[in-house]
Amino acid sequence: MQYTLSVLVENHAGVLSKISGLFSRRGFNIDSLAVGVTSNPDVSRITIVANGDEYVVEQLEKQLNKVIPVIKVKCLTGGEFISRELILIKVHCAAAKRVEIIKTAEIMQAKIVDVAPGCVTVEYCECTNRINTLIDLLRPYGIREIVRTGTIAIDRGNTALSV
Amino acid sequence: MISGAEIMVKCLEAEGVKVVFGYPGATICPFYDKIYESSIKHILVRQEQNAAHAASGYSRCSGLPGVCVATSGPGATNLITGIATAYADSVPMIAITGQVKTDLLGRDVFQEADITGACEPFVKHSYLVTKTEDLPRIFKEAFHIASTGRKGPVLIDIPMDIQTNKIEDFHYPETVNIIGYKPNTRGHAVQVRRAVEAIKKSRRPLIVSGGGVLSSGVKLKFQAFADKTKIPVISTMMGIGVMPSDSDMYLGMLGTHGKPVANRALHDADLVIVCGARLGDRAVASPDQMSENTTVIHIDIDPAEIGKNVKTEIPIVGDMKNVLNMLNEEIGDYVVPNQWQETVKNWRKSFYRIPPKFDGFVEPRALVAQLSSMLRSKAILVADVGQNQIWCANNFMIREGRFLTTGGMGTMGYSIPAAVGVKFARPSRDVVVVCGDGSFQMSMNELATIAGNNLAIKIIIMRNHRLGMVRELQDMNYGSRHSATILEGDPDFQKIAEAYGIDHAEANSNEEAEEIIKEMVKSDKPFILVCNVYPDTPSI
Ligand SMILES: Cc1ncc(C[n+]2csc(CCOP(=O)(O)OP(=O)(O)O)c2C)c(N)n1
Ligand SMILES: [Mg+2]
Repeated sequence: MQYTLSVLVENHAGVLSKISGLFSRRGFNIDSLAVGVTSNPDVSRITIVANGDEYVVEQLEKQLNKVIPVIKVKCLTGGEFISRELILIKVHCAAAKRVEIIKTAEIMQAKIVDVAPGCVTVEYCECTNRINTLIDLLRPYGIREIVRTGTIAIDRGNTALSV
Repeated sequence: MISGAEIMVKCLEAEGVKVVFGYPGATICPFYDKIYESSIKHILVRQEQNAAHAASGYSRCSGLPGVCVATSGPGATNLITGIATAYADSVPMIAITGQVKTDLLGRDVFQEADITGACEPFVKHSYLVTKTEDLPRIFKEAFHIASTGRKGPVLIDIPMDIQTNKIEDFHYPETVNIIGYKPNTRGHAVQVRRAVEAIKKSRRPLIVSGGGVLSSGVKLKFQAFADKTKIPVISTMMGIGVMPSDSDMYLGMLGTHGKPVANRALHDADLVIVCGARLGDRAVASPDQMSENTTVIHIDIDPAEIGKNVKTEIPIVGDMKNVLNMLNEEIGDYVVPNQWQETVKNWRKSFYRIPPKFDGFVEPRALVAQLSSMLRSKAILVADVGQNQIWCANNFMIREGRFLTTGGMGTMGYSIPAAVGVKFARPSRDVVVVCGDGSFQMSMNELATIAGNNLAIKIIIMRNHRLGMVRELQDMNYGSRHSATILEGDPDFQKIAEAYGIDHAEANSNEEAEEIIKEMVKSDKPFILVCNVYPDTPSI
């Protein structure tokens, strides 16, 4: 099963390596990891998407909590939350196909951010599933390049994760 | 104005540090120049790994974090095994390393090693200091982190310019505020109540004591709890000494190398209270050592240990001291069912077996048992790693003293340097090392530290001309092909002792050994006793 964890950490040099090291050392598989500063400049938020059974996730949460600069760990999976990834896709695009590609992007509510002879670049910010759908739709035209961020996620509703 | 190096010394003084173990080099010279004129004693070891082991021994017997110091690069990397050992054994320790100047960091200059990076998996926390002003806060935090919660080593890596830079003023903080570090020590009342209900319902409850009971400093109360409730106790290797060996409630060490009755008790129990133990694979190698429907109550200060190695029905996170108090109150005058008491009593009868002796050799298990009564009751025995360790673990009769070994990491060469630390922590106690001929040679360079400081440490070398424990493994699993386990070319250990000016003797029978030990314990000087042991002697 896939789990999404939000981790608040002190915004220091070296914290990220402590956390990523912990994953590889203990044989946890991470699908993605995204870091950014929070409203409090001393605190960063790491979103981790990881795979494993219940035992693995419980261990993961506990081991993360043991890292001194880790302030809080919350497993979002189980509750309702919104998750987003950002992707830039450069698609091969013969002139004859341009309208078709732009239409596809429009239907998916993706943005065309660059057009050049022979290719277009599409920007898309969505949950992992919809991003994968867009990739599937564009694949037949020939994908030249994909750049993708890690997932970030936030709980729905009136709760907020803070220190 | 005050320099970083002076601040370092003042921080140590503020923490009440009396002795540090270390080895100097260029990048830590500013600190050494200041400790030279301070009240803190510096003990020069002969290899940095041993500074860490000495700090570990000191820490385990003083209750204060031990401190070790090394220079950058090779000095720091030599520390690693010692730091990793302390980590695996949950021993509080402060490791201080010199580092190249901040403007040279990351340039692979002479004697630069990324020691905070290298130690990442083995430290509870680490700091690379980048501002002299930060030193007091970092020292304060480091001592706090090392000695609270689940204890462990903390590394402070200090570039040379941070040591030489001067700042206005020194002020040691009184409190720490680490937002992500608030260990839960209290113990959950509801869980304790559930635990007591389960204990009262069980027919054959059993306690497994681990090192956590000792590091929480709650040994005597723990003994009183067992005596009152009559719940039998077995221990992990790190938990040996929690109960006096002759207690009616104590059934010995569990595990691969443990007492058969301890394993039998674990197998037959219907409820197990695990106290401050992680139950690694040497303790509980396979789940069928415990019955399917045994109820497990696990008390530990580290939530990550609970449920990691054994399935737990009732987790209690907290310091043993607090949880034991709560348990004690909640359990009232409960006593285990009679039948279980009888079973345990019968098991105790078969507790010590007299092993067969071989002419011309010392029988090590019998000797260790005999040794116990020849020492004063608060004696501290430090065992190394290998068969010698198992002989001690199962046969040394602890009264009020301690049994130290590295149960978590199993680092050969631990005993001699650890005993150095022990002797500084407890100068008036009998401190005895039992080691193998292999492990002795891993740290015999520390004889210089022992001789130089006239430390009355008594070293008993069990000489079997083998890496005995591995030899035994090869006999059992590898068709007795003794690949690299026969020690050839070993020196005459008595001559080694002689070279260091240390008194020595050799024994070829238990009677001979006992005569020598009688004399040995009287002297206030170090002593080396070489015991020739029949090479095929089994571990248990
Ligand atoms: C540093 C280190 N290297 C290797 C080992 C593996 N090992 C465990 S026991 C042992 C043999 C120890 O020999 P000795 O000290 O002579 O003790 P004996 O078993 O003969 O009593 C070895 C090599 C270890 N535990 N630690
Ligand atoms: Mg040997």
